[in-house]
Amino acid sequence: LSRIGDELYLEPTEGGLSLRAVNSSRSAFASFLFAPLFFQLYEPGSTGPDTELFRCKVHMKSFLGIFRSLPSLEKSVGKCLILLKPRASRLVLQLHCKYGVTKTHNLAFQECERLQAVFDTQRCSSRLCAPARVLAEAVVHFPLTLAEVTLGTGPGGKISLRNYVEEEAEPSKTVVTEMWLAEDEFQSVAVAPGSHITFCLKEFRGLLSFAEASNLPLTIHFDEPGRPVIFTLDDTVLEVHLVLATLSDLKSNSQSPSTNGVSHLPAPSNDFPDDLESYMVAMETSEGGLEGPPSPTFPLRTPQPAESHPEEEEEEEEEEEEGAVPGTPPHKKFRSLFFGSVMSPGRPGPATSQEVLAEDSDGES
Amino acid sequence: MPFSAQPPASGERYALSASLDNARHLSSLLRAVHFQDHATCLATASGLRVTVEDAKCIQANAFIQAEIFQEFSVQEESVTFRISLSVLLDCLTIFGTSSLPGTSTALRMCYRGYGYPLMLFLEEGGVVTVCKINTQEPDELLDFDFCSTKVVNKIILQSEGLREAFAELDMTSEVLQITMSPDKPYFRLSTFGNAGSAHLDYPRDSDLMEAFHCTQTQTNRYKISLLKPSTKALALSCKVSIRTDAQGFLSLQYMIKNEDGQVCFVEYYCCPDENISEAEL
Repeated sequence: LSRIGDELYLEPTEGGLSLRAVNSSRSAFASFLFAPLFFQLYEPGSTGPDTELFRCKVHMKSFLGIFRSLPSLEKSVGKCLILLKPRASRLVLQLHCKYGVTKTHNLAFQECERLQAVFDTQRCSSRLCAPARVLAEAVVHFPLTLAEVTLGTGPGGKISLRNYVEEEAEPSKTVVTEMWLAEDEFQSVAVAPGSHITFCLKEFRGLLSFAEASNLPLTIHFDEPGRPVIFTLDDTVLEVHLVLATLSDLKSNSQSPSTNGVSHLPAPSNDFPDDLESYMVAMETSEGGLEGPPSPTFPLRTPQPAESHPEEEEEEEEEEEEGAVPGTPPHKKFRSLFFGSVMSPGRPGPATSQEVLAEDSDGES
Repeated sequence: MPFSAQPPASGERYALSASLDNARHLSSLLRAVHFQDHATCLATASGLRVTVEDAKCIQANAFIQAEIFQEFSVQEESVTFRISLSVLLDCLTIFGTSSLPGTSTALRMCYRGYGYPLMLFLEEGGVVTVCKINTQEPDELLDFDFCSTKVVNKIILQSEGLREAFAELDMTSEVLQITMSPDKPYFRLSTFGNAGSAHLDYPRDSDLMEAFHCTQTQTNRYKISLLKPSTKALALSCKVSIRTDAQGFLSLQYMIKNEDGQVCFVEYYCCPDENISEAEL
């Protein structure tokens, strides 16, 4: 939560204690709901006909300072008592440590309004669920300074993660990192084909570390670009939601699966894995990097309205082209850059051709 | 480790002359009181006392008794001088600060008397370093007049229980408030920082409590910036005795065991803070 906001909102409810945070630009919201069963004792206080359960917010740093060192906490603290004392204007956190020692912290708080982001996971057209480890391993390839990342769906049910490059960025100085995750890495995949969203990686990383540490699978609910992406973690006593705003797609109608919001690449289509080779060569041969027009020796991929059918044709085309192109970069480059893709010399991706068959049946989702 | 190189002419009498097989026995103790650049050294037949003071409110003393040294002789009743503690520590640890088992720096210390520099001969692995550190007029030292008859409250705690507490003290608080009482909360350390107040309570029947002699409820505040350096002494020690007198003066005595199991003491004395504002309890 501290990766998101500077203030921690505490909201006791009948359903448990909710800890929430929002960032200053209101583009990220997270809530952790601890069910009553999570606690040894949970008394949310009484509500009258006119009164609600008391809510407050405290400075994140002050709160975190109490739980500074996790290893020493685990060794020495037996239990923690949290008391909200509205009349004394204090939030009391009492740690019962070994040797009978008691640490009592009285934090000043501010009353606040209910903090709630508007979202509905049911309204999202796409959903992915993966063990946190899978996503953590994917995200580790991106630099820590990277602001935004684009999550997209590709043919064959592959999911891509690419760093988002600003339009104003100089193409010759831009590094694009992309990885593809196969459908079988996920516990469940129910995505609208050709969908993609761009969101802030920094805020997501925080949740990812938590998910990894608690060994919980992460579910990603998303819809069109511009609509928020919702990450959820579910456990018997804990419910976590992270809602992030996504970049809206200004370029084109987001219904079209052909655009993926990244205009720098020479062949902006969702047949990306098939285009690996052409993409790589275009990157190397076009002057100034990515922004230049694709080399005339490569077919310019026209956006296809529907993915499944043209798949096979395009693959054949590309294979023909390959023989005609001199100076094709060695295939081993693909293997090093692309995570999880199965490449062998001479063919753009045997895995994709296998996947095509599956793609047809999934195309209706 | 026998020290072979001889100091100059044996005919000369030194006001203070001492030998120590392992210089760490001295340097680690001096580090525990190193919160100011300068210190006053007092050598008597019983041993060496190094005193550091600050703000006319706090005084720390490191005692290295004569028995710790392999040789310790003081010609007059007492010898005293002021010296740069920073430089002294740098010299004592000139061969490095890492403590590999089996290696130690041998020390011979000589002081000819008033106006002369302190000579240090340090040897490790056959390499000898000679240091001459200038001495100055000793400072007038504070006398806290703290004797056992005037003690109102006293407890002895195992250092283990306090180490973390001192290391994590809320430094945004100007004061450290110490409450000692025959009734609850028995022994309480409190801070009042930007985030709010924090209290650390030690019950009298805690396993950490070695002795508990509190006759009166006392609450005193001390400037936290002055007491924070005592964390070093706490880290080295196995036990600490905390005493207050009727005026609220605080005495912290740390029992430190060196590598050879010998016992040395470091003590801190502190005046209570006069600017008392309302406590939030």
